[in-house]
Amino acid sequence: MTLLVGALTIGLILSLLALGVFISFRIFEFPDITADGSITLGAALAAALLVQQVHPVTASVAAFAAGAIAGAMTGIINTRFGINRLLSGILVMTALYSINLHIMGKSNVPLLSERTLATMVERAGVALTGSSADVLIAGWSVPVRDVSVLAGAFVFVLVIAVALFAFFRTHLGMAMQAAGDNAQMIRALGVNVDTMVVVGLALSNGLVALSGALLAQYQGFADVQMGIGMVVWGLASIIIGEALVGVRQLGLLIAGGILGSVLFRLLVAIALRGGLDPNDLKLVTAIFVFAALVLPQMARHAASLRQKRAA
Amino acid sequence: MLALTRIAKVFGRATPNEVRALQGVDLTIEEGSFVIVIGTNGSGKSTLLNAIAGTFFVDSGSIELDGRDITAWPEHRRARLVGRVFQNPFSGTAPGMTIAENLVLAARRGESRGLGLALKADMRKELQDRVARLNLGLERRLDNVIGTLSGGQRQALTLLMASWVRPRLLLLDEHTAALDPKSADHVIHLSQDIVSRDRLTTLMVTHSMQQASNLGDRLIMMHRGRIIHDYSGAERRRLRPEDLLARFEAVRRAEQLDESAAEMLRRAYV
Repeated sequence: MTLLVGALTIGLILSLLALGVFISFRIFEFPDITADGSITLGAALAAALLVQQVHPVTASVAAFAAGAIAGAMTGIINTRFGINRLLSGILVMTALYSINLHIMGKSNVPLLSERTLATMVERAGVALTGSSADVLIAGWSVPVRDVSVLAGAFVFVLVIAVALFAFFRTHLGMAMQAAGDNAQMIRALGVNVDTMVVVGLALSNGLVALSGALLAQYQGFADVQMGIGMVVWGLASIIIGEALVGVRQLGLLIAGGILGSVLFRLLVAIALRGGLDPNDLKLVTAIFVFAALVLPQMARHAASLRQKRAA
Repeated sequence: MLALTRIAKVFGRATPNEVRALQGVDLTIEEGSFVIVIGTNGSGKSTLLNAIAGTFFVDSGSIELDGRDITAWPEHRRARLVGRVFQNPFSGTAPGMTIAENLVLAARRGESRGLGLALKADMRKELQDRVARLNLGLERRLDNVIGTLSGGQRQALTLLMASWVRPRLLLLDEHTAALDPKSADHVIHLSQDIVSRDRLTTLMVTHSMQQASNLGDRLIMMHRGRIIHDYSGAERRRLRPEDLLARFEAVRRAEQLDESAAEMLRRAYV
């Protein structure tokens, strides 16, 4: 049961990564690899600040801001200097590796006794229930601390998701969607598409870095390697989410991204429990995303062949 | 109102594909006039409109609009003054967004876009009223995504979007060429209504000799990046489609003569 609660919590925390990847890959169709670096950036900066006794909320906000700057850099390299989108992200991601090492001063920072958002929520949960004993949920006994953190993560993600949805209903948010949907049209309506890309990637990577900051606080450490393959992870979550909600409607897609992230994390937890070698995790994830991208295409091709044969 | 002074544009300079798209075009358009642009393929009609809209910067010459020199303005800045409808019905609308969302984007043309809620109740009411005037029944489908609409419906909406905030200049780039005859007819009537109702200064490119002779109060004919004919006033009113076709025929004959003459010279001297 502890395993299930843990998987749900990490799934929720990584859903912020999924939302970030959703903005870059789906809204802008910008294959932004920066996320691999900015999730680590968020974790590294938050951890380094927490060790310095900075308040966890301040540390998390700082992580968001740092990620936003990294995303904006990718956007500027692409739009101002005309560097290919994929390469812009790779450049920033590579640069971030060194920056992350500098921020942490070593390849990982443990958070053993530091106050984090996780410990704050745990303490609040214990204070609320009046004990740190296990609670019974549907016949299972679960530590109060774990349930508090899960509830905290849920509320946090809910607030971010609602704020994101509200943002896309504003004039600026709509212009941003249109910049991804039809750049020529929105330019003719007076919007600087380059600016939209820079702001969009900043928002995207801000969310990704925030996800990293929360992950570090939950796991109790930040590691310079933790970002590897995270873009694909986010993409897998979105693909599952899209399959779950079906429709291309923004509010549902945001909800789908969160559900997809949680479901994907659960599947991974089950697979690991069932004996999947953790070393194979990234390989399996990559194959999953490849299959999810290719299978619908092959199905359509087969269907059109069948139609031709019938005709 | 609009003053083009010797604007020139070469695409692919110093390559085998070099195209001298505009070769020193001078054009002055008065406030409130409706100018039709015709010309053979590759004559520079669309390039002229794109140069004004800022799709690219001209190599030389200057563009003045509404008393301001906009030659160095980027496209999105010119959009404050210019409304556009493209030839391709897919170009003027965001297919993944709803009719209401597209229109509300157009309602802010050239204005700053902040964090205010875009689709408020009073805005929706206005959307409904204005869309109803298109007579397409789309006012009941404001929350449908644009991608599900036909080309004609999309062009009608693009026209509404381009003129939502009154543009100082309206650019129509063969906006009915990709439509079936019935939709084309509807969109042309709509264009005429909007232009005359709001007394918009308009520049319209067309391939249709029918449209060219029926619409507008001035007609210019382009060829090889230059304006070769400019009719207005009584002269413009007398023009029939046959006259325009005859002008095209004359251009074509002159071209052929040029080529055969060149051939003759080559044979004689090379």
